Parts: sequence; structure tokens; C-alpha cells
Amino acid sequence: MKIVIIGNGISGITTARYIRKQSDHEILVISAESDHFFSRTALMYIYMGHMKFEHTKPYEDWFWDKNRIALKNAYIQKIDFDNKKLFSDRGEEISYDKLVLSTGSVNNKFDWPGQDLKGVQGLITKQDVEIMEENTRGVTDAVVVGGGLIGIEMAEMLHSRNIHVNFLVRDDHYWGGVLPKEEAELVGRHIKEHGMNLMLRSELKEIISDDDGKVKAIITKDNKEIKCGFVALTAGVSPNISFLKATKLETDRGILVNEFLETNIKDVYALGDCAQFKNPKENHPPVEQLWYTGKMQGRALANTICGNKTEYERGIWFNSAKFLDIEYQTYGLMLKKPFDDEDTFYWEHKNGKISMRANFAKADGSLRGFNFFGIRFKQTVADDWIRNNQDISKCISNLNKGFFDPEFYKSHHKEIIENFNNAYPKFKANIPKKRFFVF
Amino acid sequence: MKIIRNTGLSIFLICFAVFLSLPFLGTYKLTEKTFKENFTDAQQQKILEPSLKNLFDKEYGNNISFISDYNKAFDNANKEFREKKEWDKVINDSHVLNIVKDSSGGFVKNNLALLFIICFLISSLGGLMYMVPALYLKPVAGIKNNHIYHRGITNRGIIAFLFAAFLIAFYICIYQQPAYLSNWILLVDGLSTTLTGAAASQWFLYGFLYCLVMSVMSVRMFIKYRNNNYEKLRTCSVLFFQIAFAFMIPNILTKLQLPSMDFKNIWPLDYTFFFDYHLTQLTSNGMLGYWMLGWGIFLIVVGVPVMVYFFGKRWYCSWVCGCGGLAETLGDPFRQLSDKSLKAWKFERIIVHSVLVFAVIMTAAVLYTFFTGSSSILGIDTYSIRQAYGFGIGFMFAGAIGTGFYPVMGSRVWCRFGCPLAAYLGIVQRFKSRFRITTNGGQCISCGNCSTYCEMGIDVRAYAQNGENIIRSSCVGCGVCAAVCPRGVLKLENLAEEGRFDAYVRPEEKAF
Ligand SMILES: Cc1cc2nc3c(=O)[nH]c(=O)nc-3n(C[C@H](O)[C@H](O)[C@H](O)COP(=O)(O)OP(=O)(O)OC[C@H]3O[C@@H](n4cnc5c(N)ncnc54)[C@H](O)[C@@H]3O)c2cc1C
Ligand code: SF4
Ligand code: SF4
Repeated sequence: MKIVIIGNGISGITTARYIRKQSDHEILVISAESDHFFSRTALMYIYMGHMKFEHTKPYEDWFWDKNRIALKNAYIQKIDFDNKKLFSDRGEEISYDKLVLSTGSVNNKFDWPGQDLKGVQGLITKQDVEIMEENTRGVTDAVVVGGGLIGIEMAEMLHSRNIHVNFLVRDDHYWGGVLPKEEAELVGRHIKEHGMNLMLRSELKEIISDDDGKVKAIITKDNKEIKCGFVALTAGVSPNISFLKATKLETDRGILVNEFLETNIKDVYALGDCAQFKNPKENHPPVEQLWYTGKMQGRALANTICGNKTEYERGIWFNSAKFLDIEYQTYGLMLKKPFDDEDTFYWEHKNGKISMRANFAKADGSLRGFNFFGIRFKQTVADDWIRNNQDISKCISNLNKGFFDPEFYKSHHKEIIENFNNAYPKFKANIPKKRFFVF
Repeated sequence: MKIIRNTGLSIFLICFAVFLSLPFLGTYKLTEKTFKENFTDAQQQKILEPSLKNLFDKEYGNNISFISDYNKAFDNANKEFREKKEWDKVINDSHVLNIVKDSSGGFVKNNLALLFIICFLISSLGGLMYMVPALYLKPVAGIKNNHIYHRGITNRGIIAFLFAAFLIAFYICIYQQPAYLSNWILLVDGLSTTLTGAAASQWFLYGFLYCLVMSVMSVRMFIKYRNNNYEKLRTCSVLFFQIAFAFMIPNILTKLQLPSMDFKNIWPLDYTFFFDYHLTQLTSNGMLGYWMLGWGIFLIVVGVPVMVYFFGKRWYCSWVCGCGGLAETLGDPFRQLSDKSLKAWKFERIIVHSVLVFAVIMTAAVLYTFFTGSSSILGIDTYSIRQAYGFGIGFMFAGAIGTGFYPVMGSRVWCRFGCPLAAYLGIVQRFKSRFRITTNGGQCISCGNCSTYCEMGIDVRAYAQNGENIIRSSCVGCGVCAAVCPRGVLKLENLAEEGRFDAYVRPEEKAF
């Protein structure tokens, strides 16, 4: 059987690797962006000089041959689903028995005037980094539009080149659509601490060009003009499926799939950033645009393709990010507001850079989720507690079992417990007994 | 702040240039008095005087021609005996370093204190002026590896190769031709006399520079990793062991005319530990000598395995060892240059274990000679084995390549490919230890920061992205992979041995 995968990102590659682990099927991965799989999440570090492109490749180049995963650098322009054939930009015709679509994302654009000027761009691909290198040469001031995760990465990238960043955020807070107010404020302060100009409740109206067709300023909706030589557009991403429109394949925002990642066409599957769940579970987003979910979906799909039909199951949510110097880890379903049946406990260190939040059921105190800022926490511990409805007071008492900061870091456990007991006297957390010799 | 920074850099570079020029300055004149002071034996004087006499009171403008003439004259005196194979009459030690030092005159000799201040103190100050403003220029603590791959010095640019060439040349001179560095050694004569009661040798200079470079570069470590207590403590520790154990204590012991010993240096890194002269020195110094011998053996037999069992090899490699100390201070800017390929790993395992075997064989041969008095084993001269080890491993590998290649191959070339003690520690760490780098579930985003900044060339990501703990014999526990990970995925820790190799599996996938 010949399995063809379009897109060599994390979801396509995970699928390929796990198919190989359990079968001898012929595997071909076609992708247009790079010869080899690389880590999209690391693109910022190339621009900042932490790494070179080759460092972002998780496998050495010989790996693919050794595992008999054939690679092809080409762009697929058209798919003939009836005859199971792909057509590349080089006029090649490629047949398949099963097809996996993992084509990733493209930038959202909102028809802003001037959005195609020189010096205006987003960040998704390897080529974007190269263009950014060009576009930021000699630039002293920049504007970042959109307060999300890619926005702050681009802000950090620009900052590393001593470019002054004006950070336009639509909400009342940085990433206000996701983070609770306290955490969003914490990040906001940190952004300002780095000397960036965080402009909350600001929206882009128009980008203005100089005589050479390069950006020279932007105008916000409240008619403020900001001079800048570079504009980063990071108002979210959406599935990269334009070449699939007007085919038999059922699409909406993304390629519609069921919980087995099957599309409406037999032997055609989709996963990762480009897929959209037809019937997402309650509170789950229909399109999951995360590294982790791409990886988990790939594992499940490989099973299905190899004959062991496996439902994709996201499990207890987790995610992590880094806001400039502050690390963030979250476990469970933590949205900007606790659910109606939940209480929330928030603690923040007096330095304003370290915090934790725990949400728990009002009724029985069972843990629903955590947010950590500036504290590393073990996924296994959080997952286990949330899954098993661990009682909040036990969780708070035993936080030290999950702390994952490097050795010799100061623990804030005692302070957290005291704060918790003050906030929720009806639950009582206890300070764990000190063990001096942890052998 | 930027001005201070640039001024500091200029000051450092000027001082460094002065330092570099010193070996080429000064005048050299051998006098009869100097000659007689260095060769006190009347017999030797008689043999050498006829050929050395031509040099007396002749003034040289540079040390190169002086050393060359002196060596020629010295060889001349011995020539006859060599030709006649009268080996017992040949004078082996030419005392060239001391002769050159004593014959030196002119600018350097007359300005030792001033030059000491310029070359060591002001240059350090310049270095600090360059580094400390980072606190103000980058006021927010955090991992800052910006521009490492944009700068020639940290990305194998021309300047990096020049620096490597300088380091290699320095090692060759120190080990093989210290006489050419006589002016540098003169600078620390005063200090040496105070500390050890004797004039400086090239090794005193080396030890002094080692401590100085480490001290200055640890300030950089404290600034760079100021948010990370593990890194700060570890840096304090290596610095302390270098200055106190490797430098001060041995020098003070020398002054007290006791056998000098670096109490933290362990065989087989300390490959001369079982050499006949060392054993004789220890055994002829009463209780203290025997205690030193016992301590050295205790470290090998009990200290290493027990400590590695509880803490991993890091207790030595990143907290105590002098080679490690230099790598973690002077070498830190170059850590990313280590080769992460599977090929390099295969090569490493072969080489480092071969060196360990070589060290064991060499030591066994030396001990055989010590105990039996027979100088050959299976027809091979034990002295030549030891000679080969000293030259090949002690000088070439540990010195010239190990440190000289910092700017090209990263900071731990020696520790990774060459150090026999590291191989020994590593075997224990791999098979019987509580140490591991724990991977935090499925949180890895495969970004590659950990692998890039692992000085030992371990592909940390390969484990982390599979949810596996990192248990590798070569890991020196520097903690930098965990520090640079932007997702908090890695933690160095000592935990129960059970399950240290188990990978993380999502509860949903347990059934897969
Ligand atoms: C800057 C940035 C930072 C991020 N950081 C994080 C993070 O920290 N954590 C996290 O969880 N997620 C992060 N993400 C999101 C995460 O990277 C994506 O969810 C993930 O990479 C999606 O993987 P994928 O395999 O679905 O698609 P992609 O990795 O986008 O791969 C799709 C590939 O398919 C190719 N392709 C598309 N169409 C065709 C065609 N017709 N023919 C041939 N090839 C085609 C594309 O060129 C592309 O190479 C980040 C994303 C970006 C852009
Ligand atoms: S694996 Fe981590 S701790 Fe070990 S040597 Fe490499 S960077 Fe240091
Ligand atoms: S640095 Fe962290 S996230 Fe990046 S590859 Fe290593 S373990 Fe994974």
C-alpha cells in the first residue's frame, strides 16, 4: 500500500513515523516548504541567532532513508480524488492508495489597506524568517498587530535586534481572549518591562506606504499614527486549504474530519492545523492549531491507517509558551473565566512575575486545572490530579510533588498554602513535612 | 553603558596586545654568573663552559635567537658524549627556561610590577567593564542567547579560528617550549615567591592564568545565568575548587616543603598519580604522604562510584573538576559548537573508552616497573608507554586540542572525547545512578535549544520529544539544557533508580 502525506510538519511526520513503526507500507511525504522536517516552533530562534536552521531539524538527514520514508520537495496543485492522483507544480503525477492531508496554516488577513506592502508580514514559514531578515534591515521602529502567541514571539524577535516595538492589542489585556485578567496583566507588565510599547484596546485601521511601496507608518482605529518600518501581522492563522476548495472534499474553515480524522472521502485523512472537527467535543475548538495536538493526532491516525482504528482523544489539556522571559504552563481547561461551577484560586509572587492559578469545582473541590507563570510543573502530576478529580486542598498541600523548577530554586509552596488557606478557609491545605534527606 | 562596554573592550584588547608582545621584547645576555647559578655542579660546569663561553656577555635583541644559540651551544657540549654513546655523561637538563629568565633584561625585566598590573589586573578590569554593563543593558534576567550564531567569535568565524590558533600556540609553548614565554613567567615570579617560596615555573604561570581567566569568566556566568540558582552555585563551586584546591593548596604545600597535591584531582585524569616519582615522594613523607596516597585511592575506589550513584557524574565534572571549570567559564560562549550527530556520538564512545583503556594499561605498566624494578613488559619499554601517554593524551589531547579547539568544536572536546576519568564516571552514571534528566511529559516542542546548547553534544531533543528521560554516560549535568528549554521540559534530578528509563506515555495511549 502506498501512503502519501502532503505536508512535512509535525502532524504529517508523526503520522509517517508511526506508520513506519508498525508497518511496511510505502510512505511518501511531499512538502513545498523545506526538504526536511523542521520545528516550526523554533523559527523565532533562527532570527534571534540562538540557532541556525539545521538545529531546528529534529532528525538528521539520513534518518528518512534509513526509515524508508521517501521525501519529495514539491507543491501539490491539484488532487484527483476519483483516480487517486496528485499533480505537482512540476507537472508530476503521483498516485496514492491512502492520502493524508496535513497542510498546516496560513495567516489571517482582514483586508487591511496596505497589508501587502513591503515590510508587512506574518510568521509561519521558514521563508517568512528569511523575508523578515530582509524586511527589518535598518528598521528602528516596528508595529506588531495582534496579541497572541505568535505576536509576542515576533515582538521578542524584533526586540532582539533593538527595534522598538509597538504592540497593538485589541483586547483590554494581552491575550485577553485566553488569559484571565491577572495573568494577562502579569504578561503585560513584563512586556512593558522590556521597553515595548504595549497599546491595549488598539486596532489597526490602515498601513501607509512611502514612495517606494514600503511601509512607513500605521494608523489605528482611533486615528493615532505610528511611524514604523515594519509591521508584523499576527491576527491568528487559518487552515491552508485553498488548493482543495471546489473539490469533492468537504471543507469549512478547515478540512472536515470525524474523530478518526477521516474526511468525507474514503482513504483520505486530514489532521493538524488544516483539519476541522465536524463535531468537536464540548468546549473544544473545532480547529486545533498546536504542536502537541498535531503530534497526538498523528499517532492516532497512524494506528487507524495501519488497520487499528483509533479515535483521536485529546485527553487532559495542556499547553505551554514563553512570554519573553516568563514561562507559562497550563493544565486542564483553563479559559479566561472559570466555568460557572468552578471556584478559582490565584496566587502571585510579590515580584509580579511568578504566579499560579487553580480552578476547582465549587461543589466538591475537585481540581479542574492549573495555570503556572514562572513555575515549572510536572505534566504527569497535573494530569493525574485533574483526571482523578483530586481534592483541591490535597493538591495545594502536595504541589511540591509537581514542582519542576531546576534544583536550588526557591520554592513558594509555603506562601501559596498560606494564601490558599486565607482565601478558602473551608478547605485546608497543609504544609508538607520537611524531609531533609531526600534519598 | 554602551560607552563603558566599548571602553572596557578596548582596554582589554590593548592589555592583551601588550601581553602578546611581551615574549618578543627585552634583551638577553648570558653571564658567567647566571651560568654558574644554574649549573652548580662543578663537573657540569667544566663540561659546558667551553661551548657556552662564546655566549657570555653577548647581548641579544630577542629571545628567539638567544634560545636558539643557547640550545645549539648546549647540544654542542653534549655532542661528543652522544656520539661516543657515553650516556651517563650527557647532561639532559639544559635549564633553558631559568637561563632565559635570568638572562633577560631591558623593558620587561625593569617594569615587572607595572606589566603585571597591565596584563592581569587592568585587562581583567577591562573584561569586567565589558561584561557587567549587561546588567543594565539587558536588565531583565532570562536566557539570552541572542546573536550567538550571528557573531564570528561564537559561530566559527575567522576571529574564532584566530583565537583557537592562539590557544593552541599557547599550549604548545607551555608544554614544549616554555623558554619562549620567559617574560610572561617573569611577571608572576614575585607572586610565586610569595606563595611557594620559589621562582615561577611555566606551570605556576599556567595555574595563575587559569584561575584568573576562570574568575573573570565566572562573573560573566553569574550575569548570564543570574536567574538560575543551579548555574550560580555550580559556578561558585568550580571556581572555589580551582582556586583553593588546584592552585593555593598545592602551592602552599610546596612552600611547606611537603609533597604537593591537588586533592580533588583523581586518577586516571591525574595520570601521574601512580608514577614512580610521585609514589616515592608520597611514601617518603611519613603519615601525610601515606594519607595523601590513601585519599587518592579512596577517591578512585569509593568516592567516584558512591558520589556518582547519588548525584551523577556532575558532582565532579560540573562542580569540582578544573577542566570542567574552565569549560564552564571560558568555554561557555562556545558550548553550542559541539557536534550533535550520531556519528560524533559513535566516535566519542570509541575514543573516550580507548583512552580509559590506554590509561589503565599505562598505569599498570608503570606500577609493574615500580614494584618489580623491571623496565619492560612483554618487550615494551614501560617508560615509552608513559611517555606516549603524557605526550599524546596529557599534552596534545587535554591541552592543545581540548582547550585549543574551544572556539571550533565547543568547550568540552577533552571531557567528551578524551577524559578517561569522565569515561569511568560515565559508566557508573549510565548503569548505576539515581541521576537523570527528567522529561516533562509530552511538553517538548522539538525546538532544539537543548541539543544546540549541550556542550557534550548530546541530542537531548531526541529523548525529550519522545518523552524519554535523558540518561547518557557523557552528560556532565551542567544544567544548561534545562535552563534554555523554553517550555520547561527538562529537570536534572536525583531520584529513585526504578523507572529511570521509562518513557512517558499518555494515559490515552497506554492501550496503543
Ligand atoms: C511561529 C510559530 C510558533 C508556534 N509555537 C507553538 C508553540 O510554542 N506550541 C505549540 O503547541 N504550537 C506552536 N505553533 C503552532 C504549531 O507550530 C503548529 O500547530 C504546527 O506546526 C502545525 O503542524 P502541521 O503539521 O499541521 O502543519 P505545518 O507544520 O504547517 O506543515 C504543513 C506543511 O505542508 C506544506 N504544504 C501545504 N500545502 C501544500 C501543498 N499543496 N503541497 C505541498 N506542501 C504543502 C507546507 O508548506 C508546510 O510545510 C507555532 C506556530 C508558529 C507559526
Ligand atoms: S544533557 Fe544537559 S545537563 Fe547534560 S551535559 Fe548536555 S546540556 Fe549539560
Ligand atoms: S529545549 Fe525543551 S522544548 Fe526545545 S527541544 Fe529541548 S526539551 Fe524540547
